[in-house]
Amino acid sequence: MNHPLLLKGVRPLGGQPTDLLLRDGVIAATGAAAVAEAPAGTSELDVAGLIALPGLVDLHTHLREPGREDAETVASGTKAAAMGGFTAVHAMANTDPVADTAGVVEQVWRLGREAGWCDVHPVGAVTVGIAGQRLAELGAMADSAAHVRIFSDDGHCVSDAVVMRRALEYVKAFDGVIAQHAQEPRLTEGAQMNEGQLSGRLGLAGWPAVAEEAIVARDVLLAAHVGSRLHVCHVSTAGSVEIIRWAKTKGWDVTAEVTPHHLLLTDELAASYDPLFKVNPPLRSAEDVQALREGLADGAVDAVATDHAPHPVEDKECEWSAAAMGMLGLETALSVVQEAMIDTGLLDWAGVADRMSTRPAAIGRLRGQGRPLSAGEPANLVLVDADARRTVRPLGLASLSRNTPFADRELPGRVVATFLRGRPTVLDGQAVEPGTARPAPVGSLR
Amino acid sequence: MIRHLLSAADLDHTEALRVLDTAAELLALADRPIKKLPTLRGRTVVNLFFEDSTRTRISFEAAAKRLSADVITFSAKGSSVSKGESLKDTALTLQALGADAVIVRHQSSGAPHRLAASGWVDGSVVNAGDGTHEHPTQALLDAFTLRRHLAGGVGDLDGRRITIVGDVLHSRVARSNALLLATLGAEVTLVAPPTLLPVGIDSWPVSTSYDLDGALAKSDAVMMLRVQRERGAAGGFFPSAREYSRRYGIDSRRMALLPDHAIVMHPGPMNRGVEITAEVADHERSVIVEQVSNGVAVRMAVLYLLLSGSAGEQDA
Repeated sequence: MNHPLLLKGVRPLGGQPTDLLLRDGVIAATGAAAVAEAPAGTSELDVAGLIALPGLVDLHTHLREPGREDAETVASGTKAAAMGGFTAVHAMANTDPVADTAGVVEQVWRLGREAGWCDVHPVGAVTVGIAGQRLAELGAMADSAAHVRIFSDDGHCVSDAVVMRRALEYVKAFDGVIAQHAQEPRLTEGAQMNEGQLSGRLGLAGWPAVAEEAIVARDVLLAAHVGSRLHVCHVSTAGSVEIIRWAKTKGWDVTAEVTPHHLLLTDELAASYDPLFKVNPPLRSAEDVQALREGLADGAVDAVATDHAPHPVEDKECEWSAAAMGMLGLETALSVVQEAMIDTGLLDWAGVADRMSTRPAAIGRLRGQGRPLSAGEPANLVLVDADARRTVRPLGLASLSRNTPFADRELPGRVVATFLRGRPTVLDGQAVEPGTARPAPVGSLR
Repeated sequence: MIRHLLSAADLDHTEALRVLDTAAELLALADRPIKKLPTLRGRTVVNLFFEDSTRTRISFEAAAKRLSADVITFSAKGSSVSKGESLKDTALTLQALGADAVIVRHQSSGAPHRLAASGWVDGSVVNAGDGTHEHPTQALLDAFTLRRHLAGGVGDLDGRRITIVGDVLHSRVARSNALLLATLGAEVTLVAPPTLLPVGIDSWPVSTSYDLDGALAKSDAVMMLRVQRERGAAGGFFPSAREYSRRYGIDSRRMALLPDHAIVMHPGPMNRGVEITAEVADHERSVIVEQVSNGVAVRMAVLYLLLSGSAGEQDA
């Protein structure tokens, strides 16, 4: 059992300072009541000025286990998540073996519970072996101990329109959602980077925006036709934002996510030919970045999701075309969103909480996550020092991999503490090993 | 002088002219009975060829040897590269051999940039053709050849009208030529079927056309690019090699559309009967063979300027 903990002077969602009492895994009381109800022996932490947000929820995390434990494990990836302020992650299905059976999703779910850094909600594959041919046993995964609600062949597009239609229909039986990796395969054969002026000059095969938008357009129409729920993974183009905004005006049940890197980085970085900047979908133009920020601000895009994609050094330390696609994201996500959305005035902290916790939890149908910071709610929260600045050091990351595109870049904000049902997983910016005996936190985190 | 030659855009007007002028001096020496110069004695030049290329490799080898450099040639076939050794480990091996210059041909666009920026090798990196990106020494030898025929062998190519025809999308020769010839003041027109012009080409310092006949009458030189037959039927970029030839190949009829002084070029290897007929390839105004011999002089100039410059710094 954790000691009761009184967080003094914290600013929920960046608002007025108050006190929060964490006890028995919940926020027991707030404000004057928090001090009044604090039992004898309550530890007090002076966190004056720090911003409290509900624990972040990632809809899109590659934990790589089982199969690529050289890149990441459930334990290392969820530790990275905690360091980034996350209290829940959705583990993508493209592992080896693929998470396309109840057995594999339960294994990942159990590994998450054992690691204890944050909640792990496995994503189930839509099709067997993410091969796009035959539906996986979606019902078995939904009914398993892992309670899968999000299904995705991420890394591959469910490109066959009939398979996509059937998947959308089938998951209605258990309130599931199909999270589509929108990439028309024929338009992107051998594609290496965003198709535009730069791809032509660099001689890298182009990855046209239309390859994403054509699938997004088809899928919102399919979702409307069968009355099901569609979630679009990592939208990267202005056109995709437009289509999703339009679909929402029709009242269709369509949601979308954007990655932190697509909110900050552009395809110009490919001119270095450094594969750290090679990612799927590719980095796009400055106009796309602006449209994604505006879409996230006005709610056309519901959520920020990291697409945290660890790769071993040798898969990035090579020529561009031979390199793996993907970037780390968990430990830099909140800082990147602060720079792209808060510092630009597009969102306030309440908005960030909505896009990084509340809405993703709702999309994943998570009950104990993404809740308000009020009495009686689960004590899943993150404390942020918004005034801090830090330089990203790849060797300082908790992830097993080093492929951050923000290496040596200065970013605003710092996660000071993360609490999972009242238990600190991060304190004073340091990971707190789950299950270890430790003194109650006292003092100041200012 | 620049340290590496990765892109034709690395050369400004002054530096490009310096390469061409140096090549002209070196070409004059080639007529002497003893072709070798002692300039790079004791320096090591590595030819690192991850992709088959007979003519470029031989040309660089000849250039380095005529400057008395020690030449090591490393071809992907039959080497550890074909056993899965990484670009990095290959580079570190060459570094251990003490390469002063690494001439790299690679199937992946940007591989020479990776070598130059990675710190894996200390020497100068010369791009000898990377994927569908660039081939700057080919552009230099083309500019050299153009200057001899159109500008009396001196100065730049101010106002000369050069038409480049064919698979621009996949052509590293076209990219480097578009950049270098524009630097030298030429008016470059790229002619190709729309499927073989890259997206964003409106940002290049060139004009474009889909109509070869219309472009030829206004050309001082026409450069035909190699078109791989696989780009047709199977690749879907054009319906058939035959239709490509009819619309974008050069034959005697089209040759007659050119002004009398205009020359015909091709970087080789040619697909006779596809982008160029035998009559045109062997025509007296075809300078294709001369391009090859100029290639050695231009590559000598590049190696001389890259390596003698760095030696000077070391001595200082």
